[in-house]
Amino acid sequence: TSNMKLILIFSALFGASLCLETFVGHQVLRIKTRNEEEVKQLQLLESLEHLELDFWINPSSAALPVDVRIPANNVQAVKAFLESHGIQYSILIEDLQAVLDKEKEDMAYSQQKERSSSSFNYGTYHSLDSIYAELDHLASEYSNIVSKIQIGESYEKRPLYVLKFSTGGNNRPAIWMDAGIHSREWVTQASAIWMAKKIASDYGKDPSITSLLNKMDIFLLTVTNPDGYVFTHTTNRMWRKTRSRNPGSVCVGVDPNRNWDAGFGGPGASSNPCSDSYRGPHANSEVEVKSVVNFIKNHGNIRAFLTLHSYSQLLMYPYGYKCTEPADYAELDALGRAAASSIQSLYGTTFTVGSICTTIYQASGGSIDWSYDYGIKYSFAFELRDTGRYGFLLPASQIIPTAEETWLGLKKIMEHVRDNPY
Amino acid sequence: QDIDDVGHKYHLELVLEDILDKDSTVNCTAEVLYHLGNNNIAPDVQVTLEGELKNTDEADNIFYHRIKSLEKELVAENIPDSYGNVLPEMEPIHLLAWVASGYVIWQNSTENTKFQLAQIKHVKQVKRSDEYLEFDYMILLHEMVSQEIIPWQMTVLWHPQHGVQVTRDSRQPKHASE
Repeated sequence: TSNMKLILIFSALFGASLCLETFVGHQVLRIKTRNEEEVKQLQLLESLEHLELDFWINPSSAALPVDVRIPANNVQAVKAFLESHGIQYSILIEDLQAVLDKEKEDMAYSQQKERSSSSFNYGTYHSLDSIYAELDHLASEYSNIVSKIQIGESYEKRPLYVLKFSTGGNNRPAIWMDAGIHSREWVTQASAIWMAKKIASDYGKDPSITSLLNKMDIFLLTVTNPDGYVFTHTTNRMWRKTRSRNPGSVCVGVDPNRNWDAGFGGPGASSNPCSDSYRGPHANSEVEVKSVVNFIKNHGNIRAFLTLHSYSQLLMYPYGYKCTEPADYAELDALGRAAASSIQSLYGTTFTVGSICTTIYQASGGSIDWSYDYGIKYSFAFELRDTGRYGFLLPASQIIPTAEETWLGLKKIMEHVRDNPY
Repeated sequence: QDIDDVGHKYHLELVLEDILDKDSTVNCTAEVLYHLGNNNIAPDVQVTLEGELKNTDEADNIFYHRIKSLEKELVAENIPDSYGNVLPEMEPIHLLAWVASGYVIWQNSTENTKFQLAQIKHVKQVKRSDEYLEFDYMILLHEMVSQEIIPWQMTVLWHPQHGVQVTRDSRQPKHASE
């Protein structure tokens, strides 16, 4: 019987099966079964473990093809079996190792290409190293207006890099933007690097950005919390805080947006190191926060402070640490609404406008409360897409649309800052 | 509306939007009563639909038979993954978790919480001899006010005609390694 023949053929090969470390000579066949009988034959084949057959699509019904990877030394025997039973097949992959080698080559090549030219994919999430490499690339490609400054180091000694966009002058009034203070909010770092490219490439083409940069500078911190960002890639995608050690606790990290000197210690921040909203032992205890504070104080001429978070689609102004209106409430609210309107004009995405306290919750030690009380009138915090369907895990396909619409809102605010010096 | 000695009642007008068909919407109204003082009782919820929900029998049956005919129990992790991806064949598993987590969220909500399903860390199908499908989920809930990510176990039963049931659920401790 054919089954006897089958068992004879393959038990002969039993001793010859090698354990291969590579996939040299492995073939992937696509088998087109025409009836249940043929499916049964393949299921019998599947049961012969010594053949080390790796079914990419298992034999289950005659309606679906069966894809199987066969180690090199068993290829001829399997083909002989199929042919003797009149089972049709085609060769999907002649030599799997060759395909793998080519793939590795392609990946290395495109990584190399990314390093040497402007083919950074803005529509995908990147590692910290990849983002940092792109900062260098932008500073070099647009060296007439872009330069990279290091404003400090993170707890784990990673550099904190700010891109400066400037057409000259001496300590011109400037706009500060930051992203990724909370590391799990990946769409913010991704949007920030897109915006860096946008600002650089639009200068000289877009009248609004051109006139803005002719009068003011822009400082952009694309990854405010690099230690946290790396941790979300290596260990815990949901990590929010810094990675500083808390003496006397097993828990790591401080919420960098509860660590600013604005109502520090008040409601809306935790005193428990294990909490995701732990404020830290004292204001500015986190080097990431201190570095920004120092930069802004030393600069002395920052006119707007804009910070990116996700998610919830909100556009907020101070205060968070108290529920009373800021002195400039009317102007900030009107400007916020105008910006939200610009955002909506592109893809219909709606942002809710209001103060932090009335829009989400009371939260002390927040960055825009500090910047506002420090004298930077135009202080806004954005919460980008979405409203919870994907939350922090926003699909990469939404990075560019998010960056594009948010950019319209930011531009609205920056234009107002440009036109209303104070 | 403050109701003395009872709690706070909220009257809501909502629009339900079909995730799979943005143009399909249904208006509804709801009344939510948060009980005074006792945070261990779920809020009372009354909902009135002003219209009909779409019939999903066909898709339900396809999913039901696909899972029923699997040789090995379904196992999956990280839905969506870090990059927001959900494999098409996992989308119904994702949606089922969404519905089931809605129940867990309702049972654990107060006026000071705002929960969202952040991710399915792990899901395992449990074979049953009856007609129901059973899944053991480990999910992450994101609580907005505290910003905490809370692991939660839930056992979910589903059947195309009998709907969703959460038969067991429990909050899990956060990992000390974080």
